[in-house]
Parts: sequence; structure tokens; C-alpha cells
Amino acid sequence: MARAGDGRDPPRDDGALNAARDALSAVFREEAGRLAASVTRILGDFEAAEEVVQDALLAAWRQWPSDGIPERPGAWLWTAARRRAIDVLRRNVRYRERVPALSFPAEQAGEDDRLMLIFTCCHPALSQETQVALTLRTVCGLSTGEIASAFLVSEAAIIQRLTRARRKIATAGIPYRVPADDELGQRLAGVLAVIYLLFNEGYLCSAGDTPQRRDLTDDAEWLAALLARLMPAEPEVLGLLALIRLHRARAVTRFDAEGRLVLLRDQDRARWDHAGIAAAADLVVRAAQKRRPGPYQIQAAIVACHAEAPSWAATDWPQILLLYDALLRHQPSPVIRLHRAIVLGQVLGPQAALDETDALACDLDRYHLYHATRAEFLRELGHPARARQADERALGLTANPAERALLEQRLA
Amino acid sequence: MKYVLLFCGSAEDAAAFEAMTPDELRARYAQVAGWFAQHKAKIGGTNQLQGPATATSVRFGPHGPPVVTDGPYLEGKESIGGYAEIEVADLDEALRMAKTWPGRGTVEIRPVTTGH
Repeated sequence: MARAGDGRDPPRDDGALNAARDALSAVFREEAGRLAASVTRILGDFEAAEEVVQDALLAAWRQWPSDGIPERPGAWLWTAARRRAIDVLRRNVRYRERVPALSFPAEQAGEDDRLMLIFTCCHPALSQETQVALTLRTVCGLSTGEIASAFLVSEAAIIQRLTRARRKIATAGIPYRVPADDELGQRLAGVLAVIYLLFNEGYLCSAGDTPQRRDLTDDAEWLAALLARLMPAEPEVLGLLALIRLHRARAVTRFDAEGRLVLLRDQDRARWDHAGIAAAADLVVRAAQKRRPGPYQIQAAIVACHAEAPSWAATDWPQILLLYDALLRHQPSPVIRLHRAIVLGQVLGPQAALDETDALACDLDRYHLYHATRAEFLRELGHPARARQADERALGLTANPAERALLEQRLA
Repeated sequence: MKYVLLFCGSAEDAAAFEAMTPDELRARYAQVAGWFAQHKAKIGGTNQLQGPATATSVRFGPHGPPVVTDGPYLEGKESIGGYAEIEVADLDEALRMAKTWPGRGTVEIRPVTTGH
């Protein structure tokens, strides 16, 4: 498989090649984190494990595309990792006795190892952007090139960030384990924040025609699903998984053929993945039965209400308003109040919504959607000149091409 | 693992400390003493430092002899008020300890270089 941005000639058969690449990526993602997790546990050292794992993964990147994916990819990677470990680690007293344990199937290999890996990568002693990069690299097995192109930074910067992070994990004594019960809630919130950030990053940049860029929403969904398997008792994990799936089930209608943003009210709901929506809505119900509500479950419930509504007009707005009130109790943020104001407009009319929006002026004056939303209310209330002013202000505050196109269309 | 906890504070933290009544001050010192007693088994050397106004720094430049200046190394409003060496299992245990520090301000956790 060609890595993104390596400048090779375009392949002749895009479809077949992309399918092969996706299959390879899927196997790779499934196996890379498993290998990293078990090797880290056996060696007891994040940095040493990384060295061994990376060599095995590189060998797979080189060989699998031409030789085909081996029948037992996990065993193949283990053999490669073990060979490397014997080469580089056996001279070191700290690891000599541990190297023989590096064999497939990994002793006590369970999914628990990956859970430890996730919590270590998302440790609060690392910056959030480092947590994101480290999770993509170590848990999902992305190449540094893929991470760099996903976040539009240089590969050197990503490599440096990852090197520093591994060094800190080793020297600062960041433990390799699932946190104790009394800390689990807070630490899990940190992990979910990383997955949600990853999802948003992928979701927002999906407008552009960049097929060579990795779809981070796919990695975010995969991580959330993995976490839901590993921690089935945690309702917020189910909530986040449902939220991601509900968005992805409707992603196809977000942009028109010219790549312009289509607002929810104008989207062709017949094209949504209704089976996917129903399954995700079931997840929301399953999570709610655990009676420990949280922000991801509530957001998922809001999106489920929209996704299951036959049209914009026939949406259950009073129910969504109640959900926003609940969400604000968990996360009192001005942006959530702005979204609630839009819902309020559907329940009580544009004047109530405008009053509510105006109250957010000092918090959101630099936020383009604040002005774009005000413009809509002002138009509904019959103030076209003021609406235009607000749209112009919004246009001046966003660089996103899809959003700019929509605003320019309004102003034309 | 060995760490040093550095008890740091900003000018605002110092002002809040100065503004405490004698009773509040006594209560705060009792809490701090209680914290040290609670973690006694894990704490090695520890000291409270005199204020940054008492500090003298010796700076080594690229050329010439070191320069002696009046004042602390950390410029601006932050300063280190004291330290404690601790011996704990890992960063999580150090974090748990630091989070219960009653002296407010900021606690910086630094691993100590060991011999290998």
C-alpha cells in the first residue's frame, strides 16, 4: 500500500486498489494495537515495546501488499516482533528474561491489554494533542505520515511529539494499567474526549475532496466500538458510540454534488442509512437503561430524535428542548446554549430564540455560527438588512470552504 | 519511583495567603501538618523555603565569570515555596498525593534521575 503523500503515480484501477488498501488497513488496525498492547505488558516498558512493534509493523507494510495478507496476521506480526526483540533486547539485562515470553498466542493475551494501552495513551499527564497522536499510532496502528496528513502538520513534528511522549511515559512513571475504580470515571471521560475529538476532526474535514486522507471518523468509530466491547458496563461509552454512528449514518447527505454544505432541514432523509440509525438508537436505549446519564448519551439522544424524524417540520422539538436542558446541566457551555436557542425557535418562535441568542453576545461574538444563527432568526422576523449584516460578520469569521460557500450563497 | 513535589505559587496565591486571618492561617498549617503526617511513610526530605525576595542567583553565561544577581531564577510572578521528596509506585500515586495537598497554589511533580 502506498502511504499518503509519497508522490507515486496514480494507480490504474482505483476501485480495486482502494478496496485492497481498506482491507489491509482494517486488518492492520485490528492487529497493530493488540500486538503493541501485549508486547508492552510483557516487556513492561513502553519505549522498548514501541521499538520492537514498529519494526514488525514496517515489515508488514512492506510485505503484505505484494505477498497478500497472511492467513494468521497476528501470528505473522508476533514472529516478526520476536525476531526483532531477540536482535535488540537480549543483550539488555532488563529484558533478557522477558524476550522468550514474546510468542503467539500471547500469554494471557486478552483484550484487557488493549484497554491498558488506551488508558496509558490517554493519560492526563500528556497533552490532549499528544494523547490523540499516540492513540492513533499505538492503538490504531496509523503511520506517522497518515497522522501528519490528517492533522495537516509535518511528519517530523508528529515523530517528535510521539518520541517525547514515549520518553515521558517511561521517565515520569506513567503506569501501564486500567485506573482504579475511584479514578476510572474521570479517566474514562478523558479517553472519550480523545475519541470524540478524533471524530470531530474527521467529520469537519470530510467536505474536501481528499480521498488519500485517512477517514478519522472510521478510526473514531472503531475505537468507540472497541471500548464498548472492553467496558460493556459503561453507558457513556455506548452513548459516544451511538452518537458517532448516528452522525455517520447521515453523512452522505451533508454535502451536495458540488461539495456544498446542506443544512439538516434541507437534507434528503430518504438517503439516510435507516437500519444504521435504528441500531444506534437501540444503543441509546440500552445505555439509558443503566440509569447513569451523561453528556454523550444525551447528545446521542438528541441526534437520534433528529435522525428518526420524518422531516424537519415533523421533528419532536419539545423533546429535543428537554434534552438540551439536561445537556446544559452536564455541560453549561455557550455553544450548547446556542444550539438550544435554535430548538427554542422551533418551539416558541423566532423572537424567543433571538432574545436567547442575544444573551450570548459576549461569549460568542467571535464564533461564526453565532452570527449565522442570528441571521436566520432576523430573516424570519422580517429584518433582512440586519440579517445580512450578521451573515457578513459570520463570513468574516470562518475559513471553512463549505461554510463560506453556504454564507456567500445567502448573501448573493 | 522517586519524585520531588515542588510547591509553587503565583502572586495571586501569595496575596491570598497574606490575606488570611490568624485563625485561617492556623487551620491551614494544621491541614498541611496533617497531610505530611498522613503521607509520612512516603516522604523523604522536605523543606519550606523562605520567600523569593530572599533569593540570590548565580547565572552562568556563555562567556566570562558567573554573574550574581538579586532575586530568584524564575522571573515574573511564579515562585517555589517548598519541596518534598516522595517514594511511590508510579505517577498515578504521586498525582493522588499531590491532588490532596492542602497548601493550594500549584504542585509540580518531577521524577528524580536515578543511577542507571
